Amino acid sequence: MSAFHPALPVADLLGLFGHFLMLSLLAVGGAITTAPDMHRYVVAEHGWITGAQFTSSIALAQAAPGPNVLFVAVIGWNVAGPLGALATMAGTLLPSTALTLFVSRWGARRRETRGVRAFTTGLTPLTIGLLVATGWLLVRPYVRDQGHAVGAIVLVGVAIVGMLKTKLSPMWFVGLGALVGGLGWI
Amino acid sequence: MSADDAVAETPRPASATELFFAFNRLALQGFGGVLPVAQRELVERRHWLTKTQFVEILSLGQVLPGPNVVNLALMLGDRFFGLRGALAALGGMLAAPLVIVLALTVAYAELARIAIVAGALRGMGAVAAGLILATAIRLMSTLRASLLGPWLAAAFALVTFVTVALLRLPLIWVVVGLGGLAIAIAWRRLR
Repeated sequence: MSAFHPALPVADLLGLFGHFLMLSLLAVGGAITTAPDMHRYVVAEHGWITGAQFTSSIALAQAAPGPNVLFVAVIGWNVAGPLGALATMAGTLLPSTALTLFVSRWGARRRETRGVRAFTTGLTPLTIGLLVATGWLLVRPYVRDQGHAVGAIVLVGVAIVGMLKTKLSPMWFVGLGALVGGLGWI
Repeated sequence: MSADDAVAETPRPASATELFFAFNRLALQGFGGVLPVAQRELVERRHWLTKTQFVEILSLGQVLPGPNVVNLALMLGDRFFGLRGALAALGGMLAAPLVIVLALTVAYAELARIAIVAGALRGMGAVAAGLILATAIRLMSTLRASLLGPWLAAAFALVTFVTVALLRLPLIWVVVGLGGLAIAIAWRRLR
């Protein structure tokens, strides 16, 4: 099976699983907010994939139908094939699934309590900071690529303005990106 | 109270299988995010939830760690059929899209040498970054009404960005340290 990447030692696979397990519980505001730490772990610290591969993993998941959390599986696959995808997906889904079921059964009535409100109020600014950090990390490989930096920044800007000022589905912007990129403009 | 809330009896799925296929169907329509499709399918088309119930489940899902739509599927499935329903909804939402996205990943590994394919994905990557930044910008307006006060809330967001994106500190320190501090301040102000 040559499409696979060099097999990762079991210890590394377990490390990958453990790291995503931990990130699952930190993913307040969606899995995408933990993308910077995934990047730190698989790109900066271990060098299993490149920054460009990381960005394209997220792009692929956004372009395909389904929940955006699947980018986690794509990153896992790019690191270590099927076992990598299993490690990252299981790590991401297990803790949050267990916690969600617990809360939806026993905690739903306490939603308006002071503790829960303090929790959401306190973490909202962090969520926003993490989203900006994610966007920043995704843009960075383009900015470093001298030949294409301007086109890429314009495209990022068009996507931002389009999402904020129109009611068009994100699909159209993803399609525009594919077209502009396919033509070699960025 | 609107008529929307007064309707106590909304239709419900006949079986966990129906739940599985309902979520399968809405996930496969969700290009660039499932949430808008989920609202249309679950509230407007199938009437399994009223609009109010949908927002309630969603806001609870947002407080919890994990992907919002995944939490939504789990909670809705659990409400109808317990654990079996939760797993049916989750499986329905993830199985087919997972196969598709992994097939694309493998295909991309083979096709990346073709300049058009590599270029297209580069373009989509820039758009993906833009979509995420747009979400962040849209949410920034909520900081103005934050109980922390707009300036303190903005400062927390900024410090989060700097520590995570620029200093590359591990997220757990940031969430436990900075998040803990923000929660503590919010706790005091809520009294």
